[in-house]
Amino acid sequence: MSPTRPLRLTWVYPDLLSTYGDRGNALVLERRARLRGLPVEIVEVNSDQPVPRDGDIYLMGGGEDLPQTLATRRLLADGGLHEAAGRGAVVFAVCAGYQMLGTEFGGVDDAPVQGLGLLDIRSGRGEVRAVGEVVAEVDPRLNVGQLTGFENHQGVTRLGPNARPLARTTLGTGNGDGTEGAYQGRVLGTYLHGPALVRNPGLADLLLYWATGPLPPLPPQAEELANRLRAERLAAVAGSPAG
Amino acid sequence: MDDNTRHRSRLPIRARVATTVGGAAATVSRLAGKGDGSVIGGVISLRLAPDLLSLLAAGRRVVLVTGTNGKTTTTKLITAALAPLGGQIASNIYGANMEAGLTSALTRAPDARVAVLETDEKYIPAMVRATSPKVVVLLNLSRDQMDRAAEIWLLARRWREALAAAPDCRVVANADDPLVAWAAGSARQVTWVAAGQRWREDSWCCPNCGAHLQRDRYDGGAIGRAPGGRVLQSWPADMDQTDGQRQDWSTRPGGRPPEGQQREGDDWSCGECGQRRPPVSWMLYDNEVIDPKGRATRLDLALPGRANRSNAVIALAVADAFGVHTGQALRELRQVTSVAGRYTQVSRRGCDVRLLLAKNPAGWLEALDVIAPPPAPVLLSVNAQGPDGRDTSWLWDVDFRRLRGRNVLVGGERKLDLAVRLEADEVAFKLVDDIDEAIDAARAVAPNLEVLANYTAFQQYRVALGRVQ
Repeated sequence: MSPTRPLRLTWVYPDLLSTYGDRGNALVLERRARLRGLPVEIVEVNSDQPVPRDGDIYLMGGGEDLPQTLATRRLLADGGLHEAAGRGAVVFAVCAGYQMLGTEFGGVDDAPVQGLGLLDIRSGRGEVRAVGEVVAEVDPRLNVGQLTGFENHQGVTRLGPNARPLARTTLGTGNGDGTEGAYQGRVLGTYLHGPALVRNPGLADLLLYWATGPLPPLPPQAEELANRLRAERLAAVAGSPAG
Repeated sequence: MDDNTRHRSRLPIRARVATTVGGAAATVSRLAGKGDGSVIGGVISLRLAPDLLSLLAAGRRVVLVTGTNGKTTTTKLITAALAPLGGQIASNIYGANMEAGLTSALTRAPDARVAVLETDEKYIPAMVRATSPKVVVLLNLSRDQMDRAAEIWLLARRWREALAAAPDCRVVANADDPLVAWAAGSARQVTWVAAGQRWREDSWCCPNCGAHLQRDRYDGGAIGRAPGGRVLQSWPADMDQTDGQRQDWSTRPGGRPPEGQQREGDDWSCGECGQRRPPVSWMLYDNEVIDPKGRATRLDLALPGRANRSNAVIALAVADAFGVHTGQALRELRQVTSVAGRYTQVSRRGCDVRLLLAKNPAGWLEALDVIAPPPAPVLLSVNAQGPDGRDTSWLWDVDFRRLRGRNVLVGGERKLDLAVRLEADEVAFKLVDDIDEAIDAARAVAPNLEVLANYTAFQQYRVALGRVQ
């Protein structure tokens, strides 16, 4: 990214994929970039528009079965996200968006739907809906600390050899096999739904780092409330058994 | 034999025993101070006679009221609007809106020939089957408590299937909400109401085929106005066909909205499958209702806000279906000042505190429109107990930027979630631990305090202010 051009956050299909607070991820990335003096531009791309090829970070939210299938079909036909990911852009997806990144997921009535193929994962529908708080230990090589958030999905995801688990759950369901989320290159997804980056500023900074390079630290007071919230939520579920 | 006795005596003996035992349990529960007893009474009655609701509903004219927001208020408004019919009206005024609550409401009013029943969105199919309603009211559908509620496209599909199977029922539905309009579209008889839709984040796409909808731009009134301050809008070409009152607004001089006033442009259509906003017979236009004959009448409600004017127009359309004249019904609507403690003003240590309840993003959007202008401080309060939904993600769907520069106080059990949200929107605030700390902070700048809280946070403040009977 050239220093004169603003960091381009491209929110993919908020008209189809924005179930519950997904906007939060764009707002957290914007704030943390601006606090470091990086200009930011948020581009919202609706499902009737072409996906711009020149974004730096692509965001995908959650959605019900039908919108998830429709969005996938359009993204495959459009090709913009693939082109961007192919040249190294960052992709961050939650919940339904995470499943879409894989090679296959369960659509309406769990009929298998071809995914975007940007992550080596495969998803289907589980027996029970996973609803509740999640705590997970993130892959140490990512250096982002514990993951804390809320999940609300009925998906079960298995990772292929090319994807690495984002984290190992200590509370909650995640992928359903003790792991949670996945990443492959700069494409990263999680079952944490909605504004997953709010309680995980370290993960937000990882995405910014992937997009822009080394980041200066933030002044401590800018992080105080987010850190208090994070500590409060982790303390509130401390001692709860893994799901 | 009076009407009451006659109605009860028509019930099978099993049902009569069930209502008597259930009623006794409700009384015990009330006396023990455990709420109004309607749920426990209903649960016990239903255990004794599982088909009790159908038996109780038989022979009555039932109105079911559902939607994400405004159910309780609209139920109260419809009950008020039907008062000119005379006689008792059964209603679950305390908001117990699942099968037990409906059963209890009918048990408690055995002689009521009319019942207006708030109904949980998920229970509509079962309650339509059980009560064979005369009217079903569909207000709106938007994201709400996702950790326990069904997804809304799925809900709309279930409504649609249930209404297709109920040909005798008249649906009164908001044509401005695409999901609602699609769900109601399967019904044989529909009265379409242009009740407005402020929240659009759940209806950018066609509920029928998923294509991005073509919608009139609505910006909350900030931009997009034609010279002279009017909003550019398309206008429905004809009227509700099932009402037999087909009219053409565009050629009726009396049918045009009053000059110089604005109403959001709500037209929507799908370029792919042809699904579109149905032509309406009732319309909310600023502070006026426009009836099927094109007459405009001022609403002048005591209840505040656009959402309540929208609810009132729906209530007038229902009253009309019962043969109650709009003018008569409107006089009753204007008498409604508070609904289950909402909108009430309480004086506490010289500070006028007004309590507003909003439970989800669409509700908060409407409520933020209602709060008094500066310098009145605003206390925002959020909990995440079971009834609130345990997930606070929805806060990120609310645009708080309009609170910039105001005195904002933040409370509730999840005040830190709210604080981080406000920080992202660059809204300055002060954290408070309870209502008295908020009042202390408020009194330094103004004689009043506006409180906006979600469900259990609202109830906690009502208790603290001594407003719970």
